[in-house]
Amino acid sequence: MSDATGTIYTETVVHSATEAFAPDVPYQTAIVALDSGGRVTGRISGERVRIDDRVARVEIRDGVPFFRKIG
Amino acid sequence: MGIGKTPFGAFPGRDLRSLAVEAGEKCLTSGHTDPSQIDAFFLGNFAGPSFVGQNHLAPYVSTALGIQGVPATRVEAACASSGSALFHAYTGVASGVYDTVLVIGVEKMTSQPTPRVTEILAGAGDCAGEIKAGSTFASLFAMIARRHMHEFGTTREHLAAVAVKNHANGALNPDAQMRKVITIEQAMAGKPIADPLNLYDCSLISDGAAAVLIAPAGRAAEFTDKPVRVLGIAQASDFVALDQKPDITTFPAVRRASAKAYRMAGVGPADIQLAELHDCFTIAEIVAIEDLGFAPRGQGGPFTLAGHTARTGDKPINTSGGLKSKGHPVGATGVAQICDLVLQMRCEAGERQVPRHSLGLAQNLGGSGATCVVTILGTV
Repeated sequence: MSDATGTIYTETVVHSATEAFAPDVPYQTAIVALDSGGRVTGRISGERVRIDDRVARVEIRDGVPFFRKIG
Repeated sequence: MGIGKTPFGAFPGRDLRSLAVEAGEKCLTSGHTDPSQIDAFFLGNFAGPSFVGQNHLAPYVSTALGIQGVPATRVEAACASSGSALFHAYTGVASGVYDTVLVIGVEKMTSQPTPRVTEILAGAGDCAGEIKAGSTFASLFAMIARRHMHEFGTTREHLAAVAVKNHANGALNPDAQMRKVITIEQAMAGKPIADPLNLYDCSLISDGAAAVLIAPAGRAAEFTDKPVRVLGIAQASDFVALDQKPDITTFPAVRRASAKAYRMAGVGPADIQLAELHDCFTIAEIVAIEDLGFAPRGQGGPFTLAGHTARTGDKPINTSGGLKSKGHPVGATGVAQICDLVLQMRCEAGERQVPRHSLGLAQNLGGSGATCVVTILGTV
């Protein structure tokens, strides 16, 4: 079981952010239920995701996991 | 025994201390007492150090009120700061350590630009995890809303119904920040903040303070001829990070605190005649309705849309306008909810007065559910 793949538990597209994230809006964050167990809050790269979509981790940037839709 | 509140709003000329002092003085006057009679002082404040650069806030406020020498303590529990301050004041009186305790909640937020306010508020989340990933409080509650919609079929219209109802109530409250009636179409078409939440789903950025005086029931006649009794009060805690919670469509801290408060008061959800709930976001009111047992799990949205929680309904919620319309100076909110219930219970709520007002409940939530304080009040 991998901690690099999982399923979207919930998500949102953020339009109004703190100063640090303002250049990125709109961006999507999600809570991912990892196949290895547990959940993590991360960012979504590329195509928007919905609840129950399968995702894989594409990178970890400054400690934050970025996921992308698969399958 | 006494209550006092400033109006809520954006007051560029007012500092934190002057707001707290105004509420405190009104409260002492309303309780027919003076600073020399106060045995202890509790201040609920979330982020004074970040919003206005001042620490050591409890004696900073108490001495300005003329309260000298007694314990003065600040309590921080995010948006439940002053609910928690009240809980700790109550335990001090109930244990016999103090007799008369003044509790003030205060926040001065509008001196900072909105992105900075968002950043300071985010400090109530898990800064090493969810916040670092770009979450704001609106986005955390947006994720709760998404999941609630997915599991229970809650709709955008259900969320909007909360906003429309609270705006209608706030329009009748002279101390409310936004006295504006809105339609369900307006509420569904607001500027997007974090999908599915828009501007009309979010509470306001506010300055304000609220105060309450508590004392043993046996001494009530010294302070007021219209005493309101704390029948039950409880505080509970849970994970700070949303992603650590097994189920984000319910707040275990609300369930625990309310179960204890109901037991202490000897009443149940069906007995409650009116409530002030923590509608920091519309979805929060829907989840609270369910966690407090006013409606079954997943039914908070339809319960609201059907009008049960309206001022004219059988379970009026947020007749003050709630955080949504009255305003949400975060550290002041918990005590302000108590003040608003007391106004109703003393038949002093003016145009928004409800007919059944002898048993009221306040629910004050911190963060995305990490702290909850539930208070049940009754007329003696």
